[in-house]
Amino acid sequence: MAAPSERPERPALPDGLVAIVKRDCPTCVLVAPVLAELAGRTQLTVYSQDDPGFPEGVPVVDDRELAVSYHHDVDAVPTLLRVEGGREVERAVGWQRSDWEKLSGERGLGAGLPDWRPGCGSRSVDPDLLPGLRARFESDRLHARRIALAPLEDEFEAMVQRGWSDGLPLVPPTPERVLEMLQGTTRKPDETIALVPPDLVECSVEKVAINAVMAGCKPEYLPVVLACVEAACTDAFNAHGLLATTMPTGPVIVVNGPIRRRIGMNSGINVFGQGNRANSTIGRALQLVIRNVGGGRPGEVDRATFGNPGKLSFCFAEDEEASPWTPLAQDLGAEPGVDCVTLFPGEGPRSIVDQLSREPESLARTFAANLRTLHHPKLVLAFDVLLAVGPEHARVFREAGWSKAQLVERLHALLQIPGGELVRGAGGIAEGLPEAIKDATLPKFRPGGILVVHCGGGAGLFSAMIGGWVTGEMGSQPVLREIRS
Amino acid sequence: MSREPQPSRVLLDPTGERELATRAPLPRLPSLDGRTVGLLDIAKARGDLFLDRLEAHLLERGAKVKRYRKPTFTKPAPRDLRQQIAVECDAVVEALAD
Repeated sequence: MAAPSERPERPALPDGLVAIVKRDCPTCVLVAPVLAELAGRTQLTVYSQDDPGFPEGVPVVDDRELAVSYHHDVDAVPTLLRVEGGREVERAVGWQRSDWEKLSGERGLGAGLPDWRPGCGSRSVDPDLLPGLRARFESDRLHARRIALAPLEDEFEAMVQRGWSDGLPLVPPTPERVLEMLQGTTRKPDETIALVPPDLVECSVEKVAINAVMAGCKPEYLPVVLACVEAACTDAFNAHGLLATTMPTGPVIVVNGPIRRRIGMNSGINVFGQGNRANSTIGRALQLVIRNVGGGRPGEVDRATFGNPGKLSFCFAEDEEASPWTPLAQDLGAEPGVDCVTLFPGEGPRSIVDQLSREPESLARTFAANLRTLHHPKLVLAFDVLLAVGPEHARVFREAGWSKAQLVERLHALLQIPGGELVRGAGGIAEGLPEAIKDATLPKFRPGGILVVHCGGGAGLFSAMIGGWVTGEMGSQPVLREIRS
Repeated sequence: MSREPQPSRVLLDPTGERELATRAPLPRLPSLDGRTVGLLDIAKARGDLFLDRLEAHLLERGAKVKRYRKPTFTKPAPRDLRQQIAVECDAVVEALAD
C-alpha cells in the first residue's frame, strides 16, 4: 500500500519585505522593534518559525510547519528579503543596520541597537528536524514503491522475510534516510546508472541509495558505492559470470584517492577485517544492489561451491601515503590524486609469510613461490592476482630501490614454468594441461595479470595474495572507475 | 481497530520492482522425426564430447541436428545467437560439462 505523501506547493512569497524569525533567537528578539518600525512604514510580512505570537504588535504568518523557511532556503534567522513580482531580489541575514536600511530603503532603523548582531540557525536546517522536512517536502523526488508495514510487523524481521537481507540485519530504508543518503551525491535520484545482472534491471541512483541505507552506509560513501555499481555492471567486469560461477570469488573493491581519508576508510591494521564502517558497508551495498535490484541470490544464479566471507563486503583503501610505489589506480591509468575504485574479481585473501628476507630478490622469490600455487600449482594463465604488499615487506623493496614495475617484471620471470611440470599426470596429479604443451614454457600469469597494492598494518613481515577468477575477455577483468561527486 | 502507518514505518522498495513474466513451456514435440534440434555448447571444457554423443543419438532417431557455441561460458548467450537458435530449431539442448 502506498502511503500518500503530498508535497505542498512551494509557498509563494508576498511582494514587499519579508522577514523570517523565531522567538528562540536573541537577535530576532533584539530586532522585534525594528520589524514594528518597518511594518508601520512599508509592506512587511513576518513569518515566525516557533511562535505565531512573536513578534508582538506585528501581523505574523505562522511558519511552524517550516514550509516557507524550507522552500526558500532560509539558513539563519532573522532573514530579511525584498520580493518583487513574487521573486526574491535581495536578502540580508542576521542584523546589520546598513544592510537592512539598504534593503528596505528606510533610514534610521533600530536606533539604540548595536550596528550588528549575527543571527541564529533556522529551524528548517536543524539537524534533528531536517530528515523529516526532506521527507515531507521532497518525497516526490523518490520513485521507489512504498511499502507500509503492518502495525504489528517488526521492521527488521519484515525486511528479512521479504528476502532483502544478505543474512545480517539491515537498516530500514525509510524515505527520511534515503533522502539523507541522496545528499551524498549531486546526481539526480532518477538517473539510471547501470543494468544490474543477472536480471539486467535498470538501476537508478535512488535504488543504490536505498540499498546503501540498508547496508549501513553514510551519505558520504554514496559516490563510492555508485562508482562500484557502475564498474561492476560493465561487460569487462562481468558481474553476471562472477556471481554465477561455482568458484569462491566475488567483487573486491580497492579505493584510491583523497576520498579514502575523507570518509575514514581503513588501509592499515586489519585492512581486510572487521571494524571500519566504510570498508564494511560499501562492499555490502554493492552486493545488496546485485541481490535486490539484479536478483542475484545464492542457490539461484549464484552457484558458488564455497563462496567466501568477503562476499558480504570486501572493500579496502590503499595505503598511498606510506607506499614506495604509485597507487593501484594509477597503474591502471588514473590521473594522480583522482578518487577511483578498482574492482577485482577475487577470492579471499591468503597470507604470505616471510620474516627473514631482507633482500628484494629473496622476497620476490617468496612471492613467486606462493603465487605459483594460486588455485593450483599446475594451472597457468587462467587467473590474475591482486598482490597486497604489507608495509614491512614494502620497506625491503624501498630500501633496495626496487620500483613496482621491477618487482612485477621479476615475478613474471620467476614464474615461467616448464610445460613438463604442468601437464596432466605430472607430479602424480591428474589435474593439469594437455600433453601438447609439455615442451613449452608457460607463464603463470598473463602480461598485466599481477596487480600490486600497498596496505596493511605497520608491524608484520607479511603480504597477502587475492586470487582472481577466469581472466580476460572470457571472464572478468579488473575495472577502474572514477568516483564522481 | 485500524492504525495509520507512521511515516517511519514506510520503507522504500530496494528491489528492481520487476513484474516477472511467466511463460508456459512449448508443448513437447510428438516425435523427433524430421525435426531440427539445436545443440548449444556453452564453451565449458568437454561440453563438445557430451554433445557429440547426444548428436549421434538424435541422428539415430531421425532428427536433424544443428550445433551452436557460446563465445564464453561466463556470460549469457548473445542475443543474436539466441534469436538464430529460435528461428532455426524446433528444440534445443544446452550443455554444461567440465
